[in-house]
Amino acid sequence: MTLETASNTRQGLEAYIRGQRSRKPLLLMTHAVVGYPSFEANWEMLLAMENAGVDLVELQLPFSEPIADGPWFVKANQEAILAGVHWDDYFDLVERAAKAFSFPILFMGYYNSVFRMGARRFCERLSSAGARGFIIADLPPEEAREVNSSALERGLDPILIMSPNNSPRRLSEIARQASGFVYCVARKGVTGKRTDLSQGVAAFLSRCRAATNLPLALGFGIKTQEDVRGARGLADIAIVGTACLEAWERGGSKGYREFLHGLAKETH
Amino acid sequence: MAARLGLECTIYMGEEDVARQRPNVFWMEQLGANVIPVLDGTRTLKDAINACLRDWVESMTDTHYVLGTVCGPHPFPQMVMYFQSIIGQEARAQILQTTGKLPRRVYACVGGGSNASGIFSDFLDDPGVELVGVEAGGLGLETGKHAARLAEGKGHPGVAQGYKTFFLQDGEGLMNDTHSVAAGLDYIGVGPILAYLKEAGRVRFEAATDREVVEALRRVIRSEGLVPALESSHAFVTALKEAPQLSRDEVVLVNQSGRGDKDIFTVADALGDERWKDFLRRKVSLYDQEEASP
Repeated sequence: MTLETASNTRQGLEAYIRGQRSRKPLLLMTHAVVGYPSFEANWEMLLAMENAGVDLVELQLPFSEPIADGPWFVKANQEAILAGVHWDDYFDLVERAAKAFSFPILFMGYYNSVFRMGARRFCERLSSAGARGFIIADLPPEEAREVNSSALERGLDPILIMSPNNSPRRLSEIARQASGFVYCVARKGVTGKRTDLSQGVAAFLSRCRAATNLPLALGFGIKTQEDVRGARGLADIAIVGTACLEAWERGGSKGYREFLHGLAKETH
Repeated sequence: MAARLGLECTIYMGEEDVARQRPNVFWMEQLGANVIPVLDGTRTLKDAINACLRDWVESMTDTHYVLGTVCGPHPFPQMVMYFQSIIGQEARAQILQTTGKLPRRVYACVGGGSNASGIFSDFLDDPGVELVGVEAGGLGLETGKHAARLAEGKGHPGVAQGYKTFFLQDGEGLMNDTHSVAAGLDYIGVGPILAYLKEAGRVRFEAATDREVVEALRRVIRSEGLVPALESSHAFVTALKEAPQLSRDEVVLVNQSGRGDKDIFTVADALGDERWKDFLRRKVSLYDQEEASP
């Protein structure tokens, strides 16, 4: 870990993102489902992310009803659960990764896991494992007050989601609770399907920009180098999730590394 | 409804339910629906709901999400309960007309809980009418292979599929595999309004096992000349069990929410009906002959 990122750790996610952005036009956030295909494979993925210069990483806690996810992640969630991945295993990996790598780590998952754990305990465990924030795919802001206020007490950033269906008024409500950065969903639907960035994404992102001063991350359907290049000038962060997993399934560890390097190249 | 209105209709149904409710699938397809078997998870109702929600988040600009039960995000539970409330209105009027009094108890099976919500809705303000929901006891509550969330406190509060209720889940919030002979009751959650009515003490919940259900079905067929669905037969189990406690002039109301025709394959298996099996064997060999000599 460089001294610079170490000091950014204390500054909070938004400051870290702004620091990185002052050096390059776009940041890259990638994703892995914890325990799929295995913890060893997760570690290789994380090493590849570090080597490629990925800026942020979301680690998904498997859930049995992943309604925001497409077929690749549905399968990954299911298999991880069948393999017996538990909370302790999840936090253990987060802790090891937070110590070993320079990128900030975010929790990604579904609200039932948080609800069962308890908002306060969830935030305590996440923060002591060294994670920096969380994305809860199915939690509307009205229901998020408890977990969001516990998060801020612990120095975690709750990452909220803006979608093309949100009215300007709704976008402002979301912005009021958002922290760190905002996750902008490039199109209606679930993870994994290709998004045509020419179709209304710029207009949507400018509505998000009007609602918040926080950095904007663009996700859902960002799958190729071309897509990442296309996100430059539109968003601060490109999020690539499913396509990484596809690269792993197709090309194994080597294919995965090459894929990440290709994506990272487009952020400079 | 879609056929009547000339709308395109896609139905998501767990692969396991497609197999065990083939007659329903046949009629849905005749009506023009595109039935998509869902292969994720436990391949039952919960997975069909996930698949349907995933479709809808993408297609909501030109598509309505139509959920057959009182679950899911607000306002779906309230909407479905309102639509189903016609059952309660008609049943209350008819039983008053037929017997001149309100029933002592109303029994209804509870999966997600749409038929129960419907029939209970018009009796909620009648304090003398006890409302009884009957869940799927499957192979027995002690076996873990059941879908009884409320009857014996097996479900725990959770938030999934867009709503908060008592779910059958483990300590880390992962949903359990459920089991019931009746596809319509084989589900992890229960309508949040019913969960509230349980907590408020307005509805009592019981469970009926698969074995009891088949037995009650046989009894109701023979003694009443009715063919209730396996789902509805759950309500009959508890009604028949409890009726002897009542005096002769008291009346109970049982909601036969569905007909058993769709369950003919499952019921014939459960009853071990050899004549039905012979019939199917002959039918299959006829199809095979047709295929062999076109």
